[in-house]
Amino acid sequence: MPKDEYQSRDFRIVGTRPVRPDGIDKVTGKARYGADMTAPGMLWGAILRSPHAHARIKSIDTSAAEAMKGVKAVITRADFTYQPESASLADVLDNCMAGEKARYDGHAVAAVAATSKSIARAALKAIKVDYGVLPHVTDVDEAMKPDAPVIEAGRVQENVPEGYSENVTGRSQYGHGDPEAGFEKADLVIERHFTTAATHQGYIEPNACLAQLGADGQGEIWVCTQGHYMVRNTCAGVLGLDAGMLRVTASEIGGGFGGKTHVWMEPTALVLSRKAGKPVKLVLSRDEVFRATGPTASSSIDVKIGMKKDGSITGATATYRLQAGAYPGSIAFLSAMCGFAPYDLKHVRTEGYEVMTNRPKAAAYRAPGAPMAAYPVESVIDELCQKLDLDPLETRLKNAAREGTKASYGPTYPAIGLEATLKAAQSHPHWIAPLGENQGRGVACGFWFNFGGDTCVSLMVNPDGTVSLSEGNPDIGGSRASMSMMAAEELGVDLDQVRTVIADTASLGQNEVTDGSRVTFAVGLATIKAARHAIQIMKERAAMTWGIDPEAVDWRDGAAHPAGPNAGKFPPMTIKEIAAIASNTGGPIAGHHEVTAEGAGVSFATHMVDTETDPETGQVKVLRYTVFQDAGKAVHPDYVEGQFQGGAAQGIGWAINEEYIYGEDGRLQNPGFLDYRIPVASDLPMIEPVILEIPNPGHPYGVRGVGETSIVPPLAAIANAVSRSSNVRLTSLPMSPPKVLAAMKGT
Amino acid sequence: MSQIHVITTINGDETEFLCEAQETLLDVLRDHLDLTGSKEGCGTGDCGACSVIVDGRLVCACLMLAGEAEGRSVETIEGMADGDDLHPLQQKFLEMAALQCGVCTPGILVATKNLLERNPNPTEEEVRYWLAGNLCRCTGYDKIIRAVMDTAADMRGAA
Ligand code: FES
Ligand code: FES
Repeated sequence: MPKDEYQSRDFRIVGTRPVRPDGIDKVTGKARYGADMTAPGMLWGAILRSPHAHARIKSIDTSAAEAMKGVKAVITRADFTYQPESASLADVLDNCMAGEKARYDGHAVAAVAATSKSIARAALKAIKVDYGVLPHVTDVDEAMKPDAPVIEAGRVQENVPEGYSENVTGRSQYGHGDPEAGFEKADLVIERHFTTAATHQGYIEPNACLAQLGADGQGEIWVCTQGHYMVRNTCAGVLGLDAGMLRVTASEIGGGFGGKTHVWMEPTALVLSRKAGKPVKLVLSRDEVFRATGPTASSSIDVKIGMKKDGSITGATATYRLQAGAYPGSIAFLSAMCGFAPYDLKHVRTEGYEVMTNRPKAAAYRAPGAPMAAYPVESVIDELCQKLDLDPLETRLKNAAREGTKASYGPTYPAIGLEATLKAAQSHPHWIAPLGENQGRGVACGFWFNFGGDTCVSLMVNPDGTVSLSEGNPDIGGSRASMSMMAAEELGVDLDQVRTVIADTASLGQNEVTDGSRVTFAVGLATIKAARHAIQIMKERAAMTWGIDPEAVDWRDGAAHPAGPNAGKFPPMTIKEIAAIASNTGGPIAGHHEVTAEGAGVSFATHMVDTETDPETGQVKVLRYTVFQDAGKAVHPDYVEGQFQGGAAQGIGWAINEEYIYGEDGRLQNPGFLDYRIPVASDLPMIEPVILEIPNPGHPYGVRGVGETSIVPPLAAIANAVSRSSNVRLTSLPMSPPKVLAAMKGT
Repeated sequence: MSQIHVITTINGDETEFLCEAQETLLDVLRDHLDLTGSKEGCGTGDCGACSVIVDGRLVCACLMLAGEAEGRSVETIEGMADGDDLHPLQQKFLEMAALQCGVCTPGILVATKNLLERNPNPTEEEVRYWLAGNLCRCTGYDKIIRAVMDTAADMRGAA
């Protein structure tokens, strides 16, 4: 077996719960986030946004704003002089600063840089924009109709069938077998239509950056992002700069959940800075975050599933229609891939439609596409279980994908953990706890792919034998702790001997963004291999000192040892001893590893929830919640649990409260935390995390990503609990009190 | 623009600053005094990331005009530890992993310190309701609530 594949072992540090290394700064207020940085001579930026859902920009008069005291630059699209070649970069540019049209309420149309925040805000008011208002569409089903207002013509891919509006830009299909034949064999077939609302990632830290760009094309950005390499590459591509001339540093990041895997206003800050000749800080308001940065897609879905009396699924289809917002490219294909991924099906077919609307460009949100994919599937399975009088966990076990199952989206699974999560759920006391009046219990499963991707890590052995580890992925939930733990584990040193930092874009090669639950897996893999590289060098140095062959040196407990009696008799050389003489044995010691990581190892979870519905108001209260998820190997169990709990809480919000509400005028009506209500402490119970560890064969320690799967099952789990307690099948999210009440009353 | 001259006490130190009439206490803390530990998550009083204590009362610094700080005593997250000595809440949040991204953490720590000063023996429900104005999007609150309950028990034991 090659050394990078999983090998069972006893861990010394991995699996323990040390205090995270970046913790003190975060509990004392010292940690510097996106908006916390300043620069000498810095200006404040601000962005003017369209109040219209769809409007031609006839003219923009910036003269009055430019004449104001303290205003140092005013820009419009005309100041973005470079036109990117690729369609996707041109879309990013147009989304950052509208060209001919404003495509959604909140679309940026101009920006200013001024000596104070208040002057910048006043200058926005002095900019006059002449709009020609156009008809708009914000609903996904409406946008598909042939006579819908078209957001942008000419973007339809060849695979889209006839009969739709040009807003339908893409279609994807997955599956195998013959679902129609499968339905014939069923004892019961249920087909239902579902909808889900758009929800926002809701990170508490608004997007912020501090940017500087000189006339020579050299620039720097300090930014809260999930991927500073992505920021660098995208800004360079959008502005026609050389990526190597831009140096991007990731600040501490106050949440992202996918919403910070995109560029929203960094090019604007750079262009302001270039024009003003000074650094510019640009911090979005919460209103701007809601109106102009990535919510996830709303969706309209049809699901049909056939089941035999014994619980076996005979056939399944799903059609997912997801709104992409104002530019092509939604995540409908991911929904089409994920919907039936937990099950071993002979006959299954899914399709996904990507639909443009007059809404902000939809962005990734934790397991993008998967929650709305699982919700209708798990709901229909639950209803089939109810009608056929079957146990919902037993039925899922009967159909569960296992090692060797051909997934509905194509590949054949290696060792996976779905079965383990279902069995853990069956034997948990939660499953048999009594329920009261108006209470229901729901279960649902969820799947996420997990990703690997481009990753670079450098591990330096310092002259005193301590270790500095550089990685290129912003630490969004404790990953520096995990990397230090894996490096210390592999090197055989104490954890406090390793310090991990997030390097800027000039210090390491390309790193994919912190997404796809990839960091603990891929950066962890690269960290382990960088450590092995450093160990190899240290073995050579010891061998040189002892005058023996490097092959005759072993590494264990943080020291080089002669491999056996034949190698010679030498006292072990510790990492400190080897480091101290490095200058005399060949120079400084550093290991590094660059890889496009594969073998991420898919992830499954089963969630169980008890809810109580108030029959008077329709309000749903979550009473008890348990998450069962496969982590492969939990490197730092506290933070694995935290991912389980946080994802479940976001799913609870999606299921019960959260939604983008658009008025007839196409404007977002609830762009603030008061009206877009994310779960608060008093809304939630404790969320019990149960970690299963089915090692990922593709990682030396068996690690799988854990960050995203936890948001996949809650939508359906809660819908199933509420449906069971109220004896009516709920098919539209969020299950807000008026909707639940109407469903219960049959209106 | 004419500026207002304010003399106030911040974390025990007498502090003077000039501010515009419409600037909030949060603007001044963050932009003029380099006290960036208080965060702006919303600017409308809905997230609690800017929580500070003014004359013993928990307030959203984004909702208070800086001029109103005249003659008051303001406590921020930067004043919570005593030099190297972390407040028991800070220590417990670290030990129990009660933070992920950490951006809500300063506000939550300031708010819970104020809670424990008023009520050293809160129930889980009381903690949850006290923190209902402090949004955390990362943790699902579970580990935060546990850390607060645990700290309260420790502090009662020590008192
Ligand atoms: S910033 Fe003050 S409550 Fe959100
Ligand atoms: S830890 Fe990220 S918002 Fe609370």
